[in-house]
Amino acid sequence: MSEMKKIKNLKEFSTSADRFEGANLLCPGCAHSIIVREILNATNDPLILSASTGCLEVCTAVYPYTSWDVSWIHIGFENSSTAIAGAEAMYKTLKRKGRLPASCEGKSPKFVAFGGDGSTYDIGFQWISGCFERGHDMMYVCLDNEVYANTGGQRSSSTPIGASTTTSPAGRISYGEKKQKKDMIQIMAAHGSPYVAQVAPNKWKDMVKKIQKGFATEGPVFINAMSACTTEWKFAPDDTIAISDLATDSLVFPLYEIENGTKLTITYRPKNKIPVRDYLGAQGRFKHLFRPEYEYLIDEWQKRVDEHWEYLQRREEAGV
Amino acid sequence: MAEKMELNEVEVWDGNMAASQALRQAQIDVVAAYPITPSTPVVQNYSSFLANGYIDGEFVMVESEHAAMSGCVGASAAGGRVATATSSQGFALMAEVLYQASGMRLPIVLVVVNRALAAPLNVNGDHSDMYLGRDSGWIQLDAFNSQQAYDLTLMAFRIGEDHDIRLPVMVHQDGFITSHTAENVHPLSDDEAYEFVGEFKPLNAMLDLSKPTTYGVQTEEDWHFEHKARQHADLMTKVFGKVEEVFDAFEEKTGRKYDIVEEYMMEDAEVAIVALGSTVETTELVAKMMREEGIKAGVVSPRLFRPWPYEQIKKALSGVKAVACLDRSSPNGALGTLFNEVAASLYHVENRPVVTNYIYGLGGRDFTIDDAKKIYEELDANAKKGSPTTPLQQFVGLRGPKLSFY
Repeated sequence: MSEMKKIKNLKEFSTSADRFEGANLLCPGCAHSIIVREILNATNDPLILSASTGCLEVCTAVYPYTSWDVSWIHIGFENSSTAIAGAEAMYKTLKRKGRLPASCEGKSPKFVAFGGDGSTYDIGFQWISGCFERGHDMMYVCLDNEVYANTGGQRSSSTPIGASTTTSPAGRISYGEKKQKKDMIQIMAAHGSPYVAQVAPNKWKDMVKKIQKGFATEGPVFINAMSACTTEWKFAPDDTIAISDLATDSLVFPLYEIENGTKLTITYRPKNKIPVRDYLGAQGRFKHLFRPEYEYLIDEWQKRVDEHWEYLQRREEAGV
Repeated sequence: MAEKMELNEVEVWDGNMAASQALRQAQIDVVAAYPITPSTPVVQNYSSFLANGYIDGEFVMVESEHAAMSGCVGASAAGGRVATATSSQGFALMAEVLYQASGMRLPIVLVVVNRALAAPLNVNGDHSDMYLGRDSGWIQLDAFNSQQAYDLTLMAFRIGEDHDIRLPVMVHQDGFITSHTAENVHPLSDDEAYEFVGEFKPLNAMLDLSKPTTYGVQTEEDWHFEHKARQHADLMTKVFGKVEEVFDAFEEKTGRKYDIVEEYMMEDAEVAIVALGSTVETTELVAKMMREEGIKAGVVSPRLFRPWPYEQIKKALSGVKAVACLDRSSPNGALGTLFNEVAASLYHVENRPVVTNYIYGLGGRDFTIDDAKKIYEELDANAKKGSPTTPLQQFVGLRGPKLSFY
C-alpha cells in the first residue's frame, strides 16, 4: 500500500528527510530544485527516478558525486520516460516472479521521470507518448522553464511568443520567438492519461495535493511544473517565488488538472488577477516587448490569457 | 509460472525461431522490442509464446528501436535479465543507446539479424549494421547458421551477465539467408537450457532500496577517459577467457564445439579466406573443392567480432601465404573492416602473408561457389608470387564494369 505523507506546514515540509540533497550544482534560485524536493517530499514511499539530459541531470550526478539518495538513472536527452518505464516493467516482473530484492519486498516504489521542456515538448515527445499509450504505472514530470537552459538558452516548442532566446533573439527587426507555446497538457490529456496537472512551486499545497493524487493514481501521470529560470528568464535569483507568483496570479500559468482525459478542474483562482504586463515586465527575456512598436504583442498576449482562462472555466463548468 | 514447451530432439527452425526459442528458454524478465525486417519474426514468435503462456516476463512493445533499447537499459539497471532483437535501420536508430548500455555495464542481449543500411533502402542481409556496432563497447558474437544462432544466444547471457564481465552482448546472424532458412536445429530442453544459462544475479540493482544506485552520471575530462579505458581494458583482457570458459561448458553439455576464431582445414593451408556470417559455410564448401584441385585452401572465421581476437587471428593465419578478407559492407572510402583488422593482426608476423580485400554481397547479392573459387584461385597466384597479383580491393558480383582499388 502506498503511504501518503501528512503535511501540515511549509516548515515541516521543507525540513523533512531529503532524498534529493541540497548539494547540487543548480543555479542559485533555480526552481528545479524546489519542485523536485516538493515532489519527493510528498510521499514516504520508495522512489525510483530517472532524468533526461538537462539542467537537473548535469547538476546532480557529476561523478564521483551524486545528489540522489534514491536510485536514479539518466540515459539520454529523449528517453527518461522509457528508462523509468523499463524499470517499472522490471519491478512488475520481479514482483510476479517473487524475485524482488529483499529491501523492495512489500514496498510500493513510485517510478518518476524528470525532463525539461526540451526533452518533453521536443526531443523526447515520442518516447513520452509511447509510455502513456502503453499505460506504464509512472509519473512524468516536465520541469518547464520554456527554454533549453542547460545548453545556453535556445528556444524550444515550449518557449512563448515574444521571448528572446539565443536562437530566437530579439533584434532590430525581430521581437524574438514567433510561435506560441505548445499546449502539452491538452496533448497528454488526449492520450487518455488518468491524471494530468499543471503545478507551480510557489503553490506548494496545490503541488503536494496533485503529486499525492498522481502517486495514488494507477497508470501514467503527467505533471507540467512551471520552473522559473533565473538565468534565461533573466530575473534576480532571489525573485524565483515572486516571479512564480506573477505567473500564477496573471494566469499565464493557470493551475488545473484533467482526470481521465476529460474532466478538467481549476485548482487555483487568484483573488487579485494581475495583468500579464506585470509578469512580462519582471523578466529580461521580454524587455524588448515594451518598445512602442511591440506593445501590441502584450495586448495580444493578455487577450490570449483571458480567452484561455475563459476556456478552462467553461470546460470545468461543463465537466468535459 | 511459465509453461514449459515440449521440444523434439531435432526441430526445423529458421534463425529467427532459433533465437526466439533461446530467448524464451532464458526466461528473460523484460523484453522491450520493436519489429523490423528481417528480425520481425523474433518479436512475433516471442509475442506468440507470451500469448500461449510460455513466458512470464514482461514484454513491452515500444514505439521505436531507440525506445526498445532505452527500455532495456532502464529494465536492466533495475536488476534483471533483459534482451531484445533488431536489424539495420532499427539498429542504427538504437545506436545512441547502445553506447549507453555498455557504458553503464548493463548485460543486455541483443539479437541482430544483419541487414543492409539505406540509402537506397534494402531489406536483405549484409554486415553494415554489424560493423556499425563495432565501436559501441558490446561483445559481438557471430552465428553462421540457425543452430549457432540458438546456441550463441543462450551462451550470450552467461557471458555478458557474469559479474566479471557485465557487458551487453550482440548475437549476429545473416538476414534472410540465416534468419529465414529453415534448418535442423538440436535444441536443449527448457530445463537444460535454463540450467545452462543460470539464474540472473543482480548487481547494483536500482530496485535494491537498501543501496540506492546512480546510473548514467556525467564525467568530463577528469574522469571520462578512465571510465572508457576501464571498459576497453575489460573487453581486451577479461572477455576472451570468459567466452572460452562458456564455450567449453557448452561443449560439455551439448558436444557442440565453438572457438573464438573458427578454423576450417587450416592445419596445412597455404591460402585462406576470412569471412563472417553465412558466407563461412559457402567458403568452407569451396575450400574442400579447391583441395581437389591441388590448392591448399582453408577458412578462418571470427566467432567473436568484438572484442577483436587479435592473437587468435594471428595464430590462425601465421604460416599462410595469402589471405583474402571478405567484407559484406560498403567501406565507403576505405579498405574493408575485416581487411583492416586482419592486416593489423598480421603486421608483426614474420613472413606475413599477402592480404587482399573483397567487397561482396551488399544488399543480399548472392555470393556463389564460383565467386569463392575465383578468390581462391587469385589467392593461389598471390601465394606463388609472394605479392598481390590483383588490386588490393576488388568488388565481387557487382554488375557493370569491374571495380577495384589500389
